Amino acid sequence: MNDMNVLLEETIPGGGHASLIVKRGQSLRLTDLRGGANVSVMLVNAAEKSERLNLPDTLKCQHTAKLTAGHCLYSDMGRVLAAIVADTCGWHDSIGGVSNAEEVHERYGTGRYQELRNAFHRNGADNLLVEMGKWGLGISDLLMTLNLFSRVDVTHAGALNFVPGNSKAGDYVELYAPMNTLVVLTAIQHPLDPDPHYAPKPVKLTLSHASPDVAELCRTSCDENVRGFINTERFFL
Amino acid sequence: MTNTLTLSDKRPEQAVFRETLAAGEPWLHELRAGQTLRILDLEGNQAVDTLFYSLADPRERFDPQRTLRRQGSLYLTTGTVLYSNLGKPMLTIVADTCGRHDTLGGACAQESNTVRYALEKRYMHSCRDNYLRACAHDGRLSKRDIGANINFFMNVPVTSEGGLTFEDGISAPGKYVELHAEMDVIVLISNCPQLNNPCNAYNPTPAELLIWN
Repeated sequence: MNDMNVLLEETIPGGGHASLIVKRGQSLRLTDLRGGANVSVMLVNAAEKSERLNLPDTLKCQHTAKLTAGHCLYSDMGRVLAAIVADTCGWHDSIGGVSNAEEVHERYGTGRYQELRNAFHRNGADNLLVEMGKWGLGISDLLMTLNLFSRVDVTHAGALNFVPGNSKAGDYVELYAPMNTLVVLTAIQHPLDPDPHYAPKPVKLTLSHASPDVAELCRTSCDENVRGFINTERFFL
Repeated sequence: MTNTLTLSDKRPEQAVFRETLAAGEPWLHELRAGQTLRILDLEGNQAVDTLFYSLADPRERFDPQRTLRRQGSLYLTTGTVLYSNLGKPMLTIVADTCGRHDTLGGACAQESNTVRYALEKRYMHSCRDNYLRACAHDGRLSKRDIGANINFFMNVPVTSEGGLTFEDGISAPGKYVELHAEMDVIVLISNCPQLNNPCNAYNPTPAELLIWN
C-alpha cells in the first residue's frame, strides 16, 4: 500500500462501531493494533440496500468455512461486495456470529454507562444495529455476520472451539471493493471468546485508493470467482 | 452419529394436517405453539430449505449463528433448540431419524447458481425464487426477511482445515425430522429444485408435511 493512496486513517477503540462506504476501486485495511482483536462485520450494496452479505452463498461457492486472502465476500445477488486481497492472520470466522446483550451480560456481568461511562459493556449486535439504523437499515437486515481476526474450529462431531491468539499485534486484513459497498463493523469480542473480562481491542482502519490488479488473486482463485466478478461488473454497465 | 437418532411415536392418521409437497414447490404455513411439524423425506436425499418467523412479529426470525453458539455445535439434530434473533426459543427438534441437518449451505438462487455453476444456469428454478413467490402472495414477508435457512436432510461438513464439503448419503427414503413449536411461527419452505449438485442426488423428490396438535 502506497501512502500516497491513503484517503483516511482512523482507530476504532475496543467496543466502538463505525460504518462507511468503500467505493468501487478502494480498499479498506483493518489492523489489529494489540493482538486478539475481533471485528464483527456486515456488508451491504450501498446503491441497493436490499442486497446484503450472504455468508452461505459465500461459503458454498468457494467450498470453505474459513475466510482468508483469495476469498470473496458475496451478496445474495451473486456479486462480490468485497475481496480479501491481503491477510496476515490466515483465518476469519463465518460461524460464530455477533455477540448480543444477553451473552455479554452472562459472560462479563453488569457494566452500565451509569457507572463506567464510555467503558460500559457494549455488545456487537446492538453496535451493528445502531450503525445500520443510520443508513435506514434495521433488525431484518442483520444477517449472518463475519468475524475478522477470529478462528472457530469445528470437530468431526461438529463441536465449535474458539481458538485464542489467532491474531497478533500488527496483523491486518485488507478488503477490496469491486462495487460501492457499505461496510458496517464493530470492534467487539467474539461471542465464543472465553476471556471472562470485557476487553474488546482497538483496530485501525485505513481506506485507500487501490489498483484493480490487487483483486486478481481473488478473481482468479477459482472459476466461481471469475463469474462473481463478471456479475459485479455487469452491475455497472 | 447413530446415538442422536430419535424415533417419534406420533401416528400419521392422527395428524391434523397432512400434505405432500412436490419437488420444487414452496410452502408457507402457520404453526401454533404446542403443535409438532414433521418433515418427511419420502424418497431420500431431498434437501428441504426452511425458514421460521415469529407469527406475532415476523422481524423475529430463526438465527442460525445464535442457535449454533447456544448448542456449541454446528449440526442440528434431536435436542437442538432453534433460537430467534431476539434470543427466544422458536422450535425444538424432538425427533430425527436422519441425524444431521445443515445451516451453512443456504438456499439456492438464480444468482448463486450463476456463480457456482455457469452464467447460463440463471434460468433454472431455485429455492429463493420459491421464497420470494410465497412471500409476495402472503404479504407478511419480503426479500428483506430472507436470511440464512436450515437445509433439512442435507449434509455439509466442515473439515478441521476450515473446508466446506457437500456430501450426500445420510438421508434415505422415510427419514424424518420433527419440530415442536415453542411459539406461534410462520414456516416457509422450499422443497429444493437444485439439479446441479448432490444435495438432492440430482433428482429432486417430494416431501411430506404433517402437523399434530
